[in-house]
Amino acid sequence: MKVSLFTTCLVDSLFPNVAEAMVKILDRYGVEVDFPHGQTCCGQPAFNSGYVDEAREVAKTLLDAFDQSEYVVAPSGSCTGMIHHYYADLFAGLPDWEDKAERLINKTYEFSQFMVNVLGVTDLGARFPHRVAYHPSCHGARLLGIKNEPEQLLDHIQDIQRVNFPHAHDCCGFGGTFAIKMSDISGAMVEEKTKHVVESEAEVLVSTDMGCLMNIDGRLRYENQKVQVKHLAEVLYEGLPAEKE
Amino acid sequence: MPSTTNRHTPDLLDRTRLALQDDFLRAAVRFTADRLRDKKQSSTEEFGHWEEWRERGRAIRAHTINHLDYYLKQFVDQVRQTGGHVHFAKDAGEAVTSVMQIVREKKARSVVKSKSMVSEEIHINEHLIEAGIEVVETDLGEYIVQLAGETPSHIIIPAIHKTREQIKTLFTNAGGEHLTTDTKVLAGFARKTLREKFLKADIGITGCNFGIAESGTVVLYTNEGNADMVTNLPKTHIVLMGMERILPSFADLEVFANLLPRSATGQKLTTYMSMITGPRRQGDRDGAESLHIIILDNGRSEQLGDPEFQDILHCIRCGACLNVCPVYRQIGGHAYGSVYPGPIGAVLSPLLYQGKQYEDLPFASSLCGACYEACPVKIPIHDMLVRLRARKVRSGHVAKAEQLAFRGYKMIFSHHRRYRLAIKTGRVLQETMAQNGYIQSGFGPLAGWTESRYAPTLKEEPFRDKWEALSKTLKTKS
Repeated sequence: MKVSLFTTCLVDSLFPNVAEAMVKILDRYGVEVDFPHGQTCCGQPAFNSGYVDEAREVAKTLLDAFDQSEYVVAPSGSCTGMIHHYYADLFAGLPDWEDKAERLINKTYEFSQFMVNVLGVTDLGARFPHRVAYHPSCHGARLLGIKNEPEQLLDHIQDIQRVNFPHAHDCCGFGGTFAIKMSDISGAMVEEKTKHVVESEAEVLVSTDMGCLMNIDGRLRYENQKVQVKHLAEVLYEGLPAEKE
Repeated sequence: MPSTTNRHTPDLLDRTRLALQDDFLRAAVRFTADRLRDKKQSSTEEFGHWEEWRERGRAIRAHTINHLDYYLKQFVDQVRQTGGHVHFAKDAGEAVTSVMQIVREKKARSVVKSKSMVSEEIHINEHLIEAGIEVVETDLGEYIVQLAGETPSHIIIPAIHKTREQIKTLFTNAGGEHLTTDTKVLAGFARKTLREKFLKADIGITGCNFGIAESGTVVLYTNEGNADMVTNLPKTHIVLMGMERILPSFADLEVFANLLPRSATGQKLTTYMSMITGPRRQGDRDGAESLHIIILDNGRSEQLGDPEFQDILHCIRCGACLNVCPVYRQIGGHAYGSVYPGPIGAVLSPLLYQGKQYEDLPFASSLCGACYEACPVKIPIHDMLVRLRARKVRSGHVAKAEQLAFRGYKMIFSHHRRYRLAIKTGRVLQETMAQNGYIQSGFGPLAGWTESRYAPTLKEEPFRDKWEALSKTLKTKS
């Protein structure tokens, strides 16, 4: 099985460790991974700001980069959701691009969905003896339709202590350019989110999207809190036993 | 008591800033929104098959709106057959004219109202008061808002932004004696005061939750029974309804009798479901002697046939999207600056009133999609918000700097070499700002972000630069 990595621009430039963890996990399951260099960004920052033409031009980098791929896997429910939810409309009526978009939609998966629904893996044999809270990302859950795949993966980790917090399903206030354009409201939202996370006494907050985690982490560091944030792939990879040569 | 969140402040950002400083407002909104959400969750879970009910609701609304011309005509024919009068209003001005004409004909001096968003939409109170008519809102929440000299900040909970203490003060100023913050005491004062108003009113004005086409029936959902008073005690009853408020039949109403109260307040049933079919007939013991139904367009018909926005007419005004919206939760309703606040308002306002006035509202959303998830008729509000943003950008009503920024984004991100170079450049530029791996105090577009949180920094090597070395360590090879 061959997987092309769609790192997303955020992970590529700000959180490369997340993509690395994902690659190493996929490698362990005998998946052949490649990284098409032509990819940049799914176009969401422009699309969600109303700049549709700009978004389309950028999105084309993905259509070209992944056209030959068997599977495309991304460490983000939001960027995957952008492809699944909006690409058909974005490229409707454009010869060639329309077909490329449809092909990409059909083969693109968010990391946890790929692990659980394609590879059929829920127990990676990882151990992570910490108190862990889970933040379900809005776009992953509502736009893409991630159900409990991330939680299935978390629940099979040995010695993990799952902790809950109120309003876990509420948006953290990131929203892409929303956090820049409406930074006051966004700031109030993330303040409420971190309050609940801190009160849960979690040591680590896990999610499937670095957009949310970047926002929440920024607030946690601002408040000088101890809670760390980690992408699901990082937690799973860190918890894996060392490989026998 | 002037509200700190004056909805007339012209700039959305100023209004939200004012709202965010109002701790009373934010605490009150959170408290009630949480309660409503919890109740909705338990009442829908207990009910079961919620997703199927939602789909049924969506299908009925879609069918009705697709054939609105047919059902609206049927409704109007039925109303006329039962002796009611129907007036069509193409905009707020025409609706106001119709109301004022009836008021003059009836030589009315006082009007009692049961909560109606359409009456807010056409600002009928201002016109009535200007003509020297006494207007009294009889829904408890709306009465509170009226005493405060404000407008509703929520579609179904008009005074959601008020605390008990504030309500006690308002009622005391209105003549209440020995009041406490106890719900019974406060409601008791309103009940006593309003009863006198009901008895002497010449005209009752209500909204309309649903107009049943097969019978010409106006259906009203209330929890306080005030609509029954408003529709029965005065001699004249005026109904203000949006032209999309139609349901084909009573069989369809059954679905909405379940969907609406559960979505709105988490109630299994609304306390009062009033049905008015025509004016009082000979031998009837109650009912208004004359019934006037004013059917308002005001931008609605513009949405018919528009594949991007027609579904907004499916809305049943339950307010569920407000109760789950994380933005509404922080700023309340007045900050939206429109009669219709929250996610639905951020779509409806710029659609009904095209022009610059409300075109910023679609940006007051993180696009989290909670509104769609809560909507009992599955309106894709988050998609509409994105489309309205695109509409604004197309209209050219955006800052030059923003246009340039997205042109730059396209230029850089449409080719991986330019993108990689930009990351490299960014890394050099950020050096003066970075501290312990974070930007703690940014400038330009980052300034707002770092006011309440740190920003991450670009890593030494992006993943794409690490790939070659990493790929050599992998076991699985072709």
